[in-house]
Amino acid sequence: MNKMFSKILIANRGENACRVIKTARTMGIRTVAVYSDADARALHVKMADEAVHIGPAPSAQSYLVMDKIIAAAKQTGAEAIHPGYGFLSEKAAFSAACEAAGIVFIGPRPRAIEAMGDKIASKKLAMAAGVSTVPGFMGVIRDADHAVKIALDIGYPVMIKASAGGGGKGMRVAFNDAETREGLALSRSEAQSAFGDDRIFIEKFVAEPRHIEIQVLGDNHGNMIYLGERECSIQRRNQKVIEEAPSPFLDAETRRAMGEQAVALAKAVGYTSAGTVEFIVDSKRNFYFLEMNTRLQVEHAVTELITGLDLVERMIRLAAGEKLALKQSEVKLNGWAIECRIYAEDPYRNFLPSTGRLTRYRPPPEGVRRDKTILRNDTGVYEGGEISIYYDPMIAKLCSWAPTRLAAITAMQDALDEFEVEGIGHNLPFLSAVMGHERFRGGTINTAFIAEEFPEGFKGVPANGNDLDDLARIAAFIHAKIQERAAQISGAIPNHQRKLGTDWVMTIGTKAITAHVAQAALGHNIALDGGNALLVSSAWQPGQTHGHFRFNGHELSVKVFISPKGIRLRRRGMDILAQIRTPHVAALATLMPVKKAQDLSKHLLCPMPGLLRVLSVKVGDTVEPGQSVAVVEAMKMENVLRAISHAKVRNLNAKVGDSLAVDQLIMEFE
Amino acid sequence: MENVIKELEKRRAEARLGGGEARIAAQHAKGKLTARERIDVLLDEGSFEEYDMFVTHRATEFGMDKQIIPGDGVVIGWGTINGRMVCVFAQDFTVLGGSLSETHARKICKIMDMASKVGAPIIGLNDSGGARIQEGVDSLAGYAEVFKRNVSASGVVPQISVIMGPCAGGAVYSPAMTDFIFMVRDTSYMFVTGPDVVKAVTNEIVTAEELGGAITHTTKSSVADGAYDNDVETLEQVRRLFDFLPLSNREGPPTRPFHDEPERLDARLDTLIPDNAALPYDMKELVLALADEGDFFEIQEAFARNILIGLLRIEGQTIGVVANQPLHMAGVLDIDSARKAARFVRFCDAFNIPILTLVDVPGFLPGTAQEFGGVIKHGAKLLFAYSQATVPMVTLITRKAYGGAYDVMASKHIGADVNYAWPTAQIAVMGAKGAVEILYRNELGDTEKIAAHTKEYETRFANPFVAAERGFIDEVIMPHASRKRIARAFAALRKKKVDMPWKKHDTIPL
Repeated sequence: MNKMFSKILIANRGENACRVIKTARTMGIRTVAVYSDADARALHVKMADEAVHIGPAPSAQSYLVMDKIIAAAKQTGAEAIHPGYGFLSEKAAFSAACEAAGIVFIGPRPRAIEAMGDKIASKKLAMAAGVSTVPGFMGVIRDADHAVKIALDIGYPVMIKASAGGGGKGMRVAFNDAETREGLALSRSEAQSAFGDDRIFIEKFVAEPRHIEIQVLGDNHGNMIYLGERECSIQRRNQKVIEEAPSPFLDAETRRAMGEQAVALAKAVGYTSAGTVEFIVDSKRNFYFLEMNTRLQVEHAVTELITGLDLVERMIRLAAGEKLALKQSEVKLNGWAIECRIYAEDPYRNFLPSTGRLTRYRPPPEGVRRDKTILRNDTGVYEGGEISIYYDPMIAKLCSWAPTRLAAITAMQDALDEFEVEGIGHNLPFLSAVMGHERFRGGTINTAFIAEEFPEGFKGVPANGNDLDDLARIAAFIHAKIQERAAQISGAIPNHQRKLGTDWVMTIGTKAITAHVAQAALGHNIALDGGNALLVSSAWQPGQTHGHFRFNGHELSVKVFISPKGIRLRRRGMDILAQIRTPHVAALATLMPVKKAQDLSKHLLCPMPGLLRVLSVKVGDTVEPGQSVAVVEAMKMENVLRAISHAKVRNLNAKVGDSLAVDQLIMEFE
Repeated sequence: MENVIKELEKRRAEARLGGGEARIAAQHAKGKLTARERIDVLLDEGSFEEYDMFVTHRATEFGMDKQIIPGDGVVIGWGTINGRMVCVFAQDFTVLGGSLSETHARKICKIMDMASKVGAPIIGLNDSGGARIQEGVDSLAGYAEVFKRNVSASGVVPQISVIMGPCAGGAVYSPAMTDFIFMVRDTSYMFVTGPDVVKAVTNEIVTAEELGGAITHTTKSSVADGAYDNDVETLEQVRRLFDFLPLSNREGPPTRPFHDEPERLDARLDTLIPDNAALPYDMKELVLALADEGDFFEIQEAFARNILIGLLRIEGQTIGVVANQPLHMAGVLDIDSARKAARFVRFCDAFNIPILTLVDVPGFLPGTAQEFGGVIKHGAKLLFAYSQATVPMVTLITRKAYGGAYDVMASKHIGADVNYAWPTAQIAVMGAKGAVEILYRNELGDTEKIAAHTKEYETRFANPFVAAERGFIDEVIMPHASRKRIARAFAALRKKKVDMPWKKHDTIPL
């Protein structure tokens, strides 16, 4: 039996480092964190037993510098390094450098990483191991003309990918020659800045594909098992957003076939840790090998929830030389787990990254809930922490588990409604919208789900019918509470205190709803538009930003924000503002003119904080709708800003290299 | 009996119609409410007691004998806001353009006199074309009677002016002498001389909106304390402000039930101050974190944004807040910010509202514009106001408190009762870099030596402990415990009593 490590270093940051530290702690292993200037106050630094500073904020000068990390491990006496995901996790050279320094790399051997790290080489290996693969060009692309020729040979649509890629960076789909040229340039530049390697390849783009991946686990003794699949089809720009295990699409036979091929491939490269073999699956359940990720996956938690295994613990034990503790026949999948990635991005502004201070961060409580479902939240931030422009904009990974898929979805919906994040933009309302989407609930999803169901971007879930009634009732309850408290102010003329009426008119968007509100022993009886009164009860008090409201046999969880503009309620992706007044004042309010919003069509504003990388027009140029006019780099992603109409450039208000704030003026049109 | 009751009903109905249905429609078409409609929005439902509904003017010249409308263009009376008494006058633009006559002014004076006698605030809703020219000097006399009462009520009862239409010429001086002015965007303006006179005299071409609209007065002139989108929203916000204010100087500020633990700890405040002292942060986050339920009524939000002023509650009781805002011009004190804060400190002191001061100030803004503009005297206003205040005062230094600005921002020495500092505070004559450049002027060429001296100065002074050793800071507190500590400090100060030497009045450097 090999000796377990007494101290390990985690060569990563954020949620990912915190996740590894948690398991290490339960195993009695001491932990060492590394951090850049930007992370001096980060949660992973606070959680670890020791922390070593490794350089400036840009990851190329800190988290990606192998020497600094190995020096930190030596300095602190860490016997092993867990690389997490991203950063150095799939650099064969890093695994090799660890070995050379006498430090155990908690992950596969350099040879396996190398074999799988290059998408072209791995595809060849997969074919050799009898794994089903997608048609494509295996060589290196020379230039744009070459790319177009290859694309035409394969037939559109094609996928342009960075050889060293991962996480959606450096990936583009092209449907024609022009898009191939543009995609190649963008993928190259993204690949260069993200991975320091601009090699690109092109393959057939499988239409309506599902992304389904197999988790494998191997030891140093030649044993290899698979732990079922994860479906990660809900993606935006090839970036996974929602994952689940198992897949609602696979039957037992396909699962076994995919699992066995994954094991065969892993065995072929002598794989020795946790790894993931990604497949795309078409509507007829044909599956094709996509790539193998030779590391822990972001979405590993859903596998943990349905298998009961701690994959980080398994990785550490396997790295220490232990044998696999279970056989394939002992792997049992239990229930359903869903993961939502909560990103610092603004869903209402085309999901552009949002950075800054988390003035509020209150996740729902983890663990077994009243209804026996399980909630888990893997996070690397805390209230008062910072979402930095330097790294991945992930705030947290929220997971729910329940015996069935629909129950897990409902548990997730409730959890999202309780999750409070303020100070920065976040995708909670979008995640809620997907959870409530009929097609998602039906399980008929593919990787184009978001593009197909939200073609115009995300505008929020409209509140209609019963949903609107529910929110109106809650708004009336809140209004009554606020007014009752206001009437209790000191100094009222005795016997002439304010007499609150029972009839109110509320405006939500363009709709006017009347509410009759009467105080009752256990809450307020509220009737809308002359309908039946329902007793609404809640422990909500003015000042609380979240409440549970009970009526009609249901309990609804709602986020509440009171401002001079009205009562804002958020739930299930809906976001409404209710203005509630006495009928007389409400009638007068209808006489008020509607103020026009400022016309912004003549201005190009920076949609997110970032660096202006490219300005592709000059003063006097005429631009066409959709024409790329500027590129802003933020969160390691290049965001192309396009003209929205035919116009002439009047003035350039920013120059290349400027650091821009949100809504900063970049150029004016005539 | 029945007949006289019918007669009363008829007369009331006539009076309530003001200038008649056509003029009411015209008022609505401009996006404005009538005087009585505005009062309905402002006051508790059914609480308005109108006086002088049947008052008419007695002028006869220039055809005035044919233009007699009951009420004479202004509605007066009293009512309640959340049950608390308030006196109100509202000019009625539908009646002779809301122009001010002798009797119109007399009505305003009547309700102001009542307010002062009973100790109730006055809210004036201004919407008037100006003096009733047909009455000549009688109208001017009327204005002056109102001015005199504004001054006599100043510091006795809170006075709020809401500009909801034109307010030009001499008419501006009544609002100007009240405590708060609010404006309605796009439908109100205030100026001493209008665009036509401006053009005739100076050749400047300017619109009424540019010259005296809500944007001008909230961002440039600081005449107005706030502006809102329409009549209803504006009056609703005045109701909100009213709930913070005491009824008169004879009473303390109001209290109301609160649902926010006074001992609430806020861990996020431990990371509010950036590691890099050159980086700004949003002081409003601290203000909102300290307030009951995060409720803060900000005053002059769009003017001199390097200082924040406004009202919040702690344990249900009103507190006035003055805070440097590092997000704008590093929170520096200058002419505008000193004037803005000074006026507010005096308002709070006059009405027994305790003052919380949050300090992160790098000093006074240097430059000819400031010195020529008289920053010495304007800065002195804030110093004077704080030194003179006798209400409970708690000060918290979050980061920089440099030089004279440290003294000015409610330091212990000028009368603050409890002075706290966060561990991140730096209380010194100036920043280390500037200090070393003066102390070691002859070594400026030697960057290594200067760096060492800077480090030495920082170690010695860039902290709250030197001040704490002298008792200028009562306690260095944990940021996350700020609400609890401040709430307890104000609780301890509730019965504060200070005797000031008798004087007729002071001679503040106006």
